[in-house]
Amino acid sequence: MSILVDKNSRIVVQGITGRSGLFHTGQCREYGSSIVAGVTPGKGGIHIEGIPVFNTVAEAVKYTKATVSMIFVPPPGAADAIMEAIDAGIDLAVCITEGIPIRDMVPVKAVLQGSKTRLIGPNCPGIITPGACKVGIMPGNIHTPGKIGVVSRSGTLTYEAVKQLTDLGLGQSTGVGIGGDPIIGMNFIDVLTLFNQDPGTEAVFMIGEIGGGAEEAAAEWIKKNMKKPVAAFIAGVTAPPGKRMGHAGAIITGGKGKAEDKIRVLQECGVVVATSPTRMGEAMLEAIRLT
Amino acid sequence: MNIHEYQAKEILSSYGIPIPRGLVALTSDQVERAAKMMGGRCVVKAQIYAGGRGKAGGTRLVNHPEEAQEYGKDLFGRALVTKQTGPQGLKVRRILVEEAVEIAREFYLSITLDRESSRYILITSAEGGIDIEEVALKSPEKILTHSIDPFTGLRPYQARKIALALGLTGTICEDCVELILNLYRACLEKDCALIEINPLVVTKAGWLMAMDAKITFDDNAVYRHREYPDMMDYSQLDPLEINAAKYDLAYIKLSGSIGCLVNGAGLAMATLDVLKECGGEPANFLDVGGGATREKVAEAFRIILQDTDVKGIFVNIFGGIMRCDVIAQGIIEAAGAVGCTLPIVVRMDGSHVEEGKKLLQESGLNVQIGNSLGDGASKIVQMLGQGVQ
Repeated sequence: MSILVDKNSRIVVQGITGRSGLFHTGQCREYGSSIVAGVTPGKGGIHIEGIPVFNTVAEAVKYTKATVSMIFVPPPGAADAIMEAIDAGIDLAVCITEGIPIRDMVPVKAVLQGSKTRLIGPNCPGIITPGACKVGIMPGNIHTPGKIGVVSRSGTLTYEAVKQLTDLGLGQSTGVGIGGDPIIGMNFIDVLTLFNQDPGTEAVFMIGEIGGGAEEAAAEWIKKNMKKPVAAFIAGVTAPPGKRMGHAGAIITGGKGKAEDKIRVLQECGVVVATSPTRMGEAMLEAIRLT
Repeated sequence: MNIHEYQAKEILSSYGIPIPRGLVALTSDQVERAAKMMGGRCVVKAQIYAGGRGKAGGTRLVNHPEEAQEYGKDLFGRALVTKQTGPQGLKVRRILVEEAVEIAREFYLSITLDRESSRYILITSAEGGIDIEEVALKSPEKILTHSIDPFTGLRPYQARKIALALGLTGTICEDCVELILNLYRACLEKDCALIEINPLVVTKAGWLMAMDAKITFDDNAVYRHREYPDMMDYSQLDPLEINAAKYDLAYIKLSGSIGCLVNGAGLAMATLDVLKECGGEPANFLDVGGGATREKVAEAFRIILQDTDVKGIFVNIFGGIMRCDVIAQGIIEAAGAVGCTLPIVVRMDGSHVEEGKKLLQESGLNVQIGNSLGDGASKIVQMLGQGVQ
């Protein structure tokens, strides 16, 4: 079992004819994902690597029954691409694009709230159900099918965590990179809710970082609702305040968003927090042992 | 992206928001002449990319042009250390000289993104001119927020409620309504992550006026404003940070001696955390991007080597899809080109990792291989003789 994507997911790639869109379409297919369509405005009617390309997401959905969209559209058109996916009734939109302006994302988020579409990202590695389906840019080979749900604001740090889990024999049910931007679709709580309900997930590893208050909110939610053990790591204990640490959302402002506060709240809510990024796998084992 | 106070005020002014008369001076003589034009009595304000200037002695009300010149000389000669700059402070290269205004009342007014609701919020307080973060901590009830609906925008009746809540009445209240609507328009059109007037004042003569202003542009939106790059004051930025930005690398100078080259922001932060845990002191944060191409790795390497504080380098690449042998070649080329003899520890994970390690070991560089994040971090710390023995 898994959440959001499985071997039956039918995927449309928005921005399929771009360099990274095409490259990662190939990588996802190689992993076993079923890519049924591509969308590039103005190129409808062609086939690329055997995949039919449409002008609009609505057409792609009509002819291929796609339910998941993977978005590689560059920043100037990315917000529009997400709205188009929502309008076409896509169940899950996964936006990889980094660098979408705030002003573009504010209305996207508002449209999202009244729709049936779930959004992962933007500025994220995507989502993977090991052995079944990959919708994103993460390396498939470090993942192993199993029972740990992984949810993270980071990309490569998630790969590090997944590798540590796999090395300790802890496979993953689904891994979700929710993205490093200040405005994102699904947040920690949305994903934790699904993991909590998923019979295939027995424990969850969560990776946060400085900036905002999403980890604190998740901690409170976990305390009240989570039936499964949770371990976490928070990056940026040593980050200087006021500096944007790579991700648009990773910044300590006005004394808010510090790693130490997030760690404290998580611990108070019963989450095992890895004291070092070298001990993320061990923290997961400890959380499982404690229950 | 930050801009100076005087630039922020120019933007406000272009949206019809009244600002004090003022001139920007680049020398203390210009400060004097500007002070004369203001009639002698004026406000002299250091322009730096940081707040907290008032408390740090970076602004002053002066009574004579000579006094202005004297103070200007003092400011131009030093780095201003405020609670936002760090201990090294920021050098003053521009000074704003403004007419002195008689103030009756002060307010706080800003628009910024609220991450929790994913909306812009308007923040006001009847207590202006002071550190809003301190007010937020000590007496949050004095701060009023209004969440802006992205579809209806800010309506005049909403702005009126806000102005009335600030205790404004009559024509000044209506002036404030217009000002608030214009501020929101500026926030959207100029792609601001923060647009702040603190204090917004009512002068004794009965005008609303922006006495101080701060604007931070959304970095992701800079591409659609051609004028923004020219507004940057490079004297306020670290030269290495400027260089890194040219190559689209996220680089932040830190105070230690271990140069760090990592792919991905989260992993880069975690790498700093591990180094510190091992007793090492990182010289920088550097994210070459999750994809980590050979060119970017080579460029990042050159930037790290330009920092004379760097005594050793830790490369941490979780390549995944990227080939490690290609990354290794990038490192060897960049290090070889400048004859780098510093100790280097490389930790790589991903495809073709063995080929990559072999290339590095045969390269003739002073390089060791880290087998994991922890192993790599402790190796570089040991090689530099840092950390707990």
